[in-house]
Amino acid sequence: MSPAPSGQFGPPKPAPNWLGWLAFLFFIFVQVYSVLTSPADAMMGHLQKNMYVHVPAAWVTFGAFGVVLVASLYFLWKDDERADLLAASAAEVGSLFCGLTLVLGMLWGRPTWGVWWSWDARLTSTLVLFLIFVGYLSLRSFVEDPHRRGQWSAAVGILGAINVPIVWMSVQWWRTLHQIQSSPRGLAPEYLRGLMLNLAAFTLLTIWFIWRRYEAARYERAAEHAAQAAALGGYNG
Amino acid sequence: MTTKKTKWGALAAVGVLVIAFGWLIYGGLDSNVVYFLTPKELLAKGAEGYDKPMRLGGQVKPGSVVWDEQKLDLRFAVTDGTGEIKVHSKGAPPQMFKDGQGVVVEGRYGHDGVFKSTSVMVKHSNEYKAPAKGERPSDMYKSLMKSPAT
Repeated sequence: MSPAPSGQFGPPKPAPNWLGWLAFLFFIFVQVYSVLTSPADAMMGHLQKNMYVHVPAAWVTFGAFGVVLVASLYFLWKDDERADLLAASAAEVGSLFCGLTLVLGMLWGRPTWGVWWSWDARLTSTLVLFLIFVGYLSLRSFVEDPHRRGQWSAAVGILGAINVPIVWMSVQWWRTLHQIQSSPRGLAPEYLRGLMLNLAAFTLLTIWFIWRRYEAARYERAAEHAAQAAALGGYNG
Repeated sequence: MTTKKTKWGALAAVGVLVIAFGWLIYGGLDSNVVYFLTPKELLAKGAEGYDKPMRLGGQVKPGSVVWDEQKLDLRFAVTDGTGEIKVHSKGAPPQMFKDGQGVVVEGRYGHDGVFKSTSVMVKHSNEYKAPAKGERPSDMYKSLMKSPAT
């Protein structure tokens, strides 16, 4: 039950700089490329471009919360604090992209649907997903004991991740204002290319963000252990 | 050992929460979440369908749109192929509103058989395609706002 002493795992493997540069430069290239090379949509004109960022943002959100699920389960199983820190990092990045998904969707919805927001199953479940993970992040800052913090947030993280397939299937299960998933057949090839390139760009960015955040979280935790040890009577001087 | 107990306790708690949450979503919500009614369903409700806030969804019946630009007065019919309900709305429709388009309208179904809408929303399909040869998307975009006489 005693917390692991600092330095048990050694310093974290740093995220390589080249990965960061690659992720950002590729992201910028893909935006320019996909906007310039695809024609306006027959129905909604250049509003179609929003799909290039809204849809990948939603996908990497799902991916990030998938990492939360696996890391949380692993933490409950093996009690490895690194898994807890990875889950927290993925939850933070996932929340960012979930918020981005909602905002980009609203920007598209106003001119297309005529409203910024409607309480249909897709929109509501996505908002719930966002709120669960904002709650997850605030829960972490409320719990002092790192071990208990890990257990409680793992429970919330697993619950939140269960919502991911619900968000995904919501447009199939219920009647919604939001359209169902586009299939490659319903998508002209020039749009599919922009979408897939963006998916790669968003995935790279997400990996980079989570890795960097995890690295920082490991150092934060080491400092936490050191402070605890010092308070308990000058461990290590 | 306490560590073992705590671990299994936490796992059990998570399991219970997961089952409860799943039951809520699949069992509880499935029958209750109806975002909109189709015209057929609304008509089938008979007297119970009147004067309640609700959403009605379907397609804009081709040729039914009457749009008065001066008075901002919009009348059209929503159909699901079987049933059909007249809709009256004040204010300009969304830009992509047109014949045959999927729409969801919010409002109340009046005793006069007209659905008084406070909000018209356009449902977008999941298909994306470039305009055909000779079509300019900017023109199409504008033409969606024109009167349906064309």
